[in-house]
Amino acid sequence: MTEIELLSWARGPGLQIATIIFVAGVVIRIFEILLLGRKANLAEAKGAEMSNGLKTMVTRTIPDPTTFKRSSVTIVSGYIFHIGLFVVCFLSAPHILFLKDIIGFGWPSAPTAVIDAFAVVTIIAMLATLINRLTNKVMRYLTNFEDLLTWFLTFLPLVTGYIAFHRIGLTAPSLLAVHILSVELLLVIFPFTKLMHAFTLFIARWYNGAISGYRGVAS
Amino acid sequence: MTKDVRLQGGEPEQAPEKGTPEKGTLGEALRSQGVSRRSFMKFCATTASMMALPPSMIPLVANALEKAKRPSVIWLSFQECTGCTESLTRAHTSTVESLIFDSISLDYHHTLQAASGAAAEAAREAAMEENHGNYLLVVDGSIPLDNPGYSTIAGISNLDMLKESAKGAAAIIAVGTCATYGGIPHAKPNPTGAVSVNEIIKDKPIINVPGCPPIPVVITGVLAHYLTFGSIPELDHIGRPKVFYGQSIHDRCYRRPFYDKGQFAETFDDEGAKKGWCLYKLGCKGPTTYNACATTKWNNGTSFPIESGHPCIGCSEPDFWDGGGFYKALSLPTEDLSKTAVYTAAGAAVAGVAISALNRAKKNTSNKIHIKTTIDDLRK
Amino acid sequence: MNQANVPQFNIHVGTELTWNVKPILHEIRHALEKLLNSGESSMIDLRSIPLAPGEEETIINTLGRGEVHARLDVLGPSEVYETQFAGVWLVTHYNENDSIVSRFIEVTEMPDVLKSQPEDVAHSLDELVTELGTEET
Repeated sequence: MTEIELLSWARGPGLQIATIIFVAGVVIRIFEILLLGRKANLAEAKGAEMSNGLKTMVTRTIPDPTTFKRSSVTIVSGYIFHIGLFVVCFLSAPHILFLKDIIGFGWPSAPTAVIDAFAVVTIIAMLATLINRLTNKVMRYLTNFEDLLTWFLTFLPLVTGYIAFHRIGLTAPSLLAVHILSVELLLVIFPFTKLMHAFTLFIARWYNGAISGYRGVAS
Repeated sequence: MTKDVRLQGGEPEQAPEKGTPEKGTLGEALRSQGVSRRSFMKFCATTASMMALPPSMIPLVANALEKAKRPSVIWLSFQECTGCTESLTRAHTSTVESLIFDSISLDYHHTLQAASGAAAEAAREAAMEENHGNYLLVVDGSIPLDNPGYSTIAGISNLDMLKESAKGAAAIIAVGTCATYGGIPHAKPNPTGAVSVNEIIKDKPIINVPGCPPIPVVITGVLAHYLTFGSIPELDHIGRPKVFYGQSIHDRCYRRPFYDKGQFAETFDDEGAKKGWCLYKLGCKGPTTYNACATTKWNNGTSFPIESGHPCIGCSEPDFWDGGGFYKALSLPTEDLSKTAVYTAAGAAVAGVAISALNRAKKNTSNKIHIKTTIDDLRK
Repeated sequence: MNQANVPQFNIHVGTELTWNVKPILHEIRHALEKLLNSGESSMIDLRSIPLAPGEEETIINTLGRGEVHARLDVLGPSEVYETQFAGVWLVTHYNENDSIVSRFIEVTEMPDVLKSQPEDVAHSLDELVTELGTEET
């Protein structure tokens, strides 16, 4: 198979397969969560459910002081790489073009020098989270295969994207194909791992806020 | 027109008449055509520039060319559009590059030569026999494998002619994307079973000079390299001379600063296009294409597609015809993803509802068969 | 086809597009220093460096014109002139159709291509001897 053939497959059938598995997996899981329903709470409601739920979706963004002291490395490096991934994925011109093709509209992009800087910072932050996970006694005790797998699946597109942009090592078509294939790998395994937190995060926060609000306590 | 030739410190030799294909050295051939040393210096400087060698190597080039033997060249044209020969003969109108052709002995080119038919084929066979092991074979066009009758010359199929001619060749230069990677005949669905030269000949050194067509100066540069050094230049992983195909268009494009700043032309006639902004969004394959267009340019350095406002189509890469559309940007999927996503979401929603119904049923059953633990159970 | 006849589209031309203009001018400066100190000549191939449309003109206009201008007839025309900076010469080789086939900036006392070559001189001596010989008889 020539390089361009591989690239064309990655951009064609590869993306189709990955999209189908990703969308089906995410939609089915979310439907399952939402449609399972909750047991009716027979106690009297002491506060509002919905509004507290919505409020908590936002306020949980700020960690409370005790949690922060205990897991400062995890939280700081976590925030850095999430923000970095957001900038690299959603503000780089080729990615915006890609999304525009799917959802119909785009937005202005950031200059490549900026994206480059954010990519480097994100790579460093992700390496920091991995090192923390392996050296911190508690983290190491809690770590299982899935944690390492999801870290790797997220790190691979980031690093292959950086390498493809700077054309280091292999020739350009191969590097680009590897980058796109790594994204497809991420998409295909995504719905079966904790990466689903990207969607369930807000459901979880709402739920916590809702049940607290019903009971009239802070959340 | 004969002249007494006195080379530096050498014996005066009787130079052959102009027009007789002599097999002496290049220096002798040029002098016999009345080319002065000064003209020869211009020729060497231009040739070195064409081969992308630094000016400090000009004396070396001059020395080598002076002593170079004139190789016999046999040019075979197979399933091609003749664009490569056209590209080359445009180069032929310039004096210096025409000298490269006078400095080789083009013993066979069925498009360019005056002879045809059995006599022409006999001449080819004679040249091949006379120079066995030393002649250069230049091929343009792909070779059909499905049915040898699809492309023949004087009744001989391309496959047979290639195999026979390759036997005594010192090296093979495959010119154009058709000969190097199959080109347009190889594009889906490849009705003739077209293949490239390197898929048939495995035991001879092959230099791939792809492009649709290749830049004329690149073709003559490769020939000049062989003439000067008698060897093939350093090749990349798919057989292209690194000196011309070592850089991607994107890395040498003068519009790169616009790409880096995020200034793109969105359509062919908008303000960005008029200002000469980057053509990435219009489908430019510059980032994944390796060729010399951005530096060497076309028509003796006049321009190249991007400079003229058209995105690069990636014509020196294999399978560029099936590379997902010339006007589709590289980061775009080649098939309609949004439709797939919407249909999948709809189907998944239905599946989700069905699975949830099953889940709820399971939950209800579990609740029903649930036996409450009483204080007696604990006492047991 | 003459360069001047090719229509120039309103492509935005800047001086900083490839950032190669200043470095080339500085390279010429260094070469001139070398020529002054050690008498060593240098040559820069203008076709080997990527330049945006208009940048080559910028370099040539900056170098300007000096006192010497020579037109050669060697396998098509060639033009050699000394720029306003003594020791910096521009050598442009054209083919029969007046298209540029190569272009060099030479930093030297006199470009080699202007000098008469020993081989040509030897050849000319023979011709002159023959000419004089036939005249006498």
